[in-house]
Amino acid sequence: MDHLDELEAESVYILREAYKLLGKLAMLWSIGKDSTVLLWLAKKAFFGHVPFPLVHVDTSYKIPEMIRYRDQLARELGFELIVHSNQEALAAGMGPEQGRLICCAALKTEALQQLVRLHKFNGLIVGVRRDEEGSRSKERVFSERNATDNWDYANQPPELWNQFKTDFPPGHHIRVHPLLQWNELDIWRYIGREKMPISDLYFTHDGERYRSLGCSPCTGRVKSQASTVAEIIQELESTTVGERSGRAQDREDAYALQKLRKAGYM
Amino acid sequence: MDEEENPGERLKLVVTGHVDHGKSTVIGRLLHDTGFLPAGALEKAQRIAHETGKPFEFAYLLDAFEEEQKQGITIDTTRLNFATPKRGYVIIDAPGHQEFLKNMISGAADAEAALLVVDASRGVEEQSRRHAYLLSLLGIRQIGVVVNKMDLVAYGEAVFRQVETTMADFLASLGLVAKSYIPLSGLLGENILEPSSQLPWYSGPTLLTLLDSFSLAEGTEAQPLRLPLQDIYKFDDRRILAGRIASGTLRVGDTVRISPGGRETRSVSLEEWGGEGDKSEATSGESVGITLADEFFHQRGEVISHPATPPLVSTTFRANLFWMGRTPLRPGKKYILKIATRRVECEVSELGRVIDASSLTVMELPQEVRMNGVAEVAITTGEAIALDLFSVNHITGRFVLVDGYDVVGGGIVSLVQNAIAVDHAIFEQGKLQARCELFDEFFYSVEDYSVNKRCPPVLLFRVGDPLPLEGKSYSYPEFFDIAVMRDKMAVKIRAGRVVELQPLADLVYSGLPMVNGRGFAFRVKSREEWRQCQEEYAAATSGQDASLSAKWLDFHSYRRIYFASNSRS
Ligand SMILES: Nc1nc2c(ncn2[C@@H]2O[C@H](COP(=O)(O)OP(=O)(O)OP(=O)(O)O)[C@@H](O)[C@H]2O)c(=O)[nH]1
Ligand SMILES: [Mg+2]
Repeated sequence: MDHLDELEAESVYILREAYKLLGKLAMLWSIGKDSTVLLWLAKKAFFGHVPFPLVHVDTSYKIPEMIRYRDQLARELGFELIVHSNQEALAAGMGPEQGRLICCAALKTEALQQLVRLHKFNGLIVGVRRDEEGSRSKERVFSERNATDNWDYANQPPELWNQFKTDFPPGHHIRVHPLLQWNELDIWRYIGREKMPISDLYFTHDGERYRSLGCSPCTGRVKSQASTVAEIIQELESTTVGERSGRAQDREDAYALQKLRKAGYM
Repeated sequence: MDEEENPGERLKLVVTGHVDHGKSTVIGRLLHDTGFLPAGALEKAQRIAHETGKPFEFAYLLDAFEEEQKQGITIDTTRLNFATPKRGYVIIDAPGHQEFLKNMISGAADAEAALLVVDASRGVEEQSRRHAYLLSLLGIRQIGVVVNKMDLVAYGEAVFRQVETTMADFLASLGLVAKSYIPLSGLLGENILEPSSQLPWYSGPTLLTLLDSFSLAEGTEAQPLRLPLQDIYKFDDRRILAGRIASGTLRVGDTVRISPGGRETRSVSLEEWGGEGDKSEATSGESVGITLADEFFHQRGEVISHPATPPLVSTTFRANLFWMGRTPLRPGKKYILKIATRRVECEVSELGRVIDASSLTVMELPQEVRMNGVAEVAITTGEAIALDLFSVNHITGRFVLVDGYDVVGGGIVSLVQNAIAVDHAIFEQGKLQARCELFDEFFYSVEDYSVNKRCPPVLLFRVGDPLPLEGKSYSYPEFFDIAVMRDKMAVKIRAGRVVELQPLADLVYSGLPMVNGRGFAFRVKSREEWRQCQEEYAAATSGQDASLSAKWLDFHSYRRIYFASNSRS
């Protein structure tokens, strides 16, 4: 087995543990490269089936191509898709002008909370990776969120030998992180190896491409000539620019993401 | 980033040691000097130092939480990818503070090698020793000792030698030998990548050469097959058994045994999504889906092996255990045991030595194990489980204990007692089946001073098959009837062969000897006595009634006990 085989086998194991042990489950699906890899791994884990719904938290500020691509893929790969927006906040005019972090908290964190309550999910599969940013680097594979969706990061339970946290009080839920140990290059190498469908936004248009997909007002593009997966891999092997450098919310304050994530952000 | 020589290889290395001795700094420095920091990480750490008005610390590259940076302490563990020209690494940063020992264990549990960092100016301290002890308990035998902060002691050799001697003594008492002792300065980057001019008296390896000198854990493809069942899927017309192969290799067409039940069947296919549909073999580490010839009732927690090399099956085993619960461990209290994919109720039936892992003091007559304590225990499970010694198989030989919602302990299996193979002999005629343990060997263990049982591999007998009537501890007659109470079946043996299976209710006492499913003779001499015996068993609330056994069964008619040692060789 090579490195990608091992990452794949481990992620499949995690997905199967979640499906068996967590009760009502959903997979967060953001259309980006990580959630597309997640979906692919679920197909492998469950032999072509996706035995839980995919949920997309739609802020209404997403890049329009993303939404088109989302609906196309849902048709092609055949899975149940739940789209949810924080309607009250949007009706009240929430947007990045109110402050980026406030907007993220309302349109993503709060929307996610509404979803969990509405559908009574016990587990949410999320494609975060350790190498994305600091607070994620310290995550557990099965990470508990309490009744108010808070993450008690300073007192995480032990997690050893793939014996995950699967016992928790009613009202709590578990964030499952099957991609935690992958890094950005692994993701692209896997996409290339598996010849996976992937959003066109990652490839160059007029000398620029997206490295990370988010909301259009807050996600910038990087200079790039990469028009194939192989060229993206080549570019990443030599870059010194951070993956989330195009993401505005990371720059707001040193611990912005830690604070967002403590409150329930993905 | 250089291309690695062995791109598939990845060694898991945990960095341990007392609080503040410089673990995170050494790792941060190593990643920084070799160009392995995630893009943007250095700038972010520098910016934070600037914003908070504190001096930049290499440890900030790992200690990402605000609380960690403000207090200058690692709270939780993290894992980073790193590579030398030789191979890849997963480097695991562990916290040193005693309060976060559970996080240290979470990081260290599956490492193949460890660094033990000791501050030269402070010497070996409490957690240096405790971490060393836990590494040995976790089965991590490759250890390099890093004597850090040499800049604080003017790079003096005498201080270094002092630390070396103290640590070597302690490790020796745990049966460990460090691979190397390396003086360095994480802060200033001395002796990390290149030999340092500050250490002219030192001619050993640099940190980088030490890492490359560790060996990778041996592959487990050639070991006996262990496939713990994770789940059973019926999404379409296939009934797929899913799991991750813990060791060994499974081929389509193999006869397999399913423990603890002990049934045997054949593997029919290896299922895949997106493959060619012709997968014929899978090996250690793979997450697989298989279909089997016989659709027995399967459950998560069973272990698939080959018939000749099954796991042990027992309800009692000995273990070395570490405790992480806030409430102390109490013998007799019910916990949940999770071993591979099995989950079962258990209790600590015997508390042996309880040890302070730092001072190595042994507590007299312990009643409990407190947080961060380690102990030797015997564990009894509510149902028989499949398991292995940790020394034989890591994945099926280690477990955690759960109390309420929390994982509170972990341990490794050191000895399995009274290993039984449940249902290891099966009689079969058409649809009729009867299980028995006629051919188990009872022996008096010269090591345990107690009676133990050894079981033969699974045996299947059909009509016409001869029975092995003579064993070391049993000898059955040529003509007799077996009454298997739990299956309500009778098996007739004539001239040493199986001639017929029938429902127990239809069995008429014929004057031939009668034995039960475990090989003990019934004390019955007439139809009337047989009827009375059956009535009393039927009326009993459980088959495990000792007075009933004493009244109706005789141990010694066909069975005896001999002296033997526990070792299987
Ligand atoms: N002078 C000197 N200071 C060092 C050296 N290595 C680390 N330090 C300092 O020691 C302090 C603790 O370093 P850390 O790397 O945070 O220690 P740690 O072992 O990771 O601590 P915990 O994770 O909290 O257990 C920091 O202030 C470092 O700058 C060194 O080689 N020389
Ligand atoms: Mg540290």
